Amino acid sequence: MPTPGEYYQRDREWQPPAYTHDYKTSVARSPRYSLISLENTVSEITGPTFGHNDIDPLDNDMIHNYARSGESAIGERIILHGRVLDENARPVPNTLVEAWQANAGGRYRHKKDTYLAPIDPNFGGCGRTITDENGYYYFRTVKPGAYPWRNWVNNWRPAHIHLSVFGSGFVQRLITQCYFEGDPLIPKCPIVKTIPTQEGIDSLVAALDLNATIPLDSIAYKFDIVLRGRRSTLFENRLEGN
Amino acid sequence: MVQKVDYLKETPSQTAGPYVHIGLAPGAAGFDIYKQELGKDIAGPIANGERIRVEGLVIDGTGSPVKDVLLEVWQANADGRYAHPEGGGPVEEGFRGWGRVITDFATGEWGFDTIKPGKTPGRNGSVQAPHINLWIVARGINIGLNTRMYFEDEAEANAQDPVLNLIEWENRRGTLIAGRSERDGQAVYRFEIRLQGDGETVFFDI
Repeated sequence: MPTPGEYYQRDREWQPPAYTHDYKTSVARSPRYSLISLENTVSEITGPTFGHNDIDPLDNDMIHNYARSGESAIGERIILHGRVLDENARPVPNTLVEAWQANAGGRYRHKKDTYLAPIDPNFGGCGRTITDENGYYYFRTVKPGAYPWRNWVNNWRPAHIHLSVFGSGFVQRLITQCYFEGDPLIPKCPIVKTIPTQEGIDSLVAALDLNATIPLDSIAYKFDIVLRGRRSTLFENRLEGN
Repeated sequence: MVQKVDYLKETPSQTAGPYVHIGLAPGAAGFDIYKQELGKDIAGPIANGERIRVEGLVIDGTGSPVKDVLLEVWQANADGRYAHPEGGGPVEEGFRGWGRVITDFATGEWGFDTIKPGKTPGRNGSVQAPHINLWIVARGINIGLNTRMYFEDEAEANAQDPVLNLIEWENRRGTLIAGRSERDGQAVYRFEIRLQGDGETVFFDI
């Protein structure tokens, strides 16, 4: 029986470390001992699978998925679209992408959010979709607002959408945040700055994509998501696997 | 100039933040939006094996419960198969092996119902003791933490488990083993996850 291909080691110098002093909540929530490195077993190379029975076709339309009939969420209408790829630039098809965000005023629909901006009665703030055979996904939503948060006294989060992605193995599980091109708050944010390199930060900024806008309707941003790559099954005459 | 090794870089992780429930479990955030939320039924109705409950707390470096954490569970069925094309074979109808676990916002207590998994294949012909993989995200956790939960009443299998035995510090292996008790005739396992400080749980780079 061939040995299943392993996932590439995660680059921990590229990813944010657990302890990041200026993002204060991480101080008491970061392990102090080193992570113990495991070679992949079946427990890691497998992961949950999802199908279209799991979600509703309207789930990726945050402008309408919580709105009363005939109404829609308030704010700058946007399309967030892109592809889920792996480190080999291969598309990751049929994978669940979940998104959540504040409304256009910067307020979350959560009982713990006490920011004084108003709740939008027609905006839930979450959506989900499954990538197509080419790894492509899109959401229709409103651009989230910036909002203040309790870290330093005067911290404001840049506009962002949280994204959760699965891939095909549990090792690929990832949650990230997508920011928007041109936002002056990005370089000020202690959460953004948990990422060690400017190149890494830039990779979380969605580009304005005028070609994908719908004229007189919605503006568009493009955001590709890259999950860990994987060797192919090892063959004796191709030891590197690929 | 040498040639370029042309791989893409993995997207950097960012904290799930305090409102992860809005995206992944909106019912817990206080509103209904989806016809069905995902990850609520891990084993399904007809899975073989012992029905168990797993409960615990996630505790931070100050000794306080983390009340806004979200855990994901990934496990094999009682035959040691995962519900995945590479998982070793077919599983029972409705067995997904994956679940989402939300803490009580007031106490930080979490719990889930499932079946006890079987032994799974390890590397190089070894056998892994029954275990549940866990992935932990929350505000303040910059990249999801991976750990494993093993079962106290599998002492013999645990002693041979290649992953537990990989942990050089034998006194830390116990941080991965859940204690068993019974409540109303059902097995209940208790698993405390310590992010930091005395008894810090072993986390894995997988």
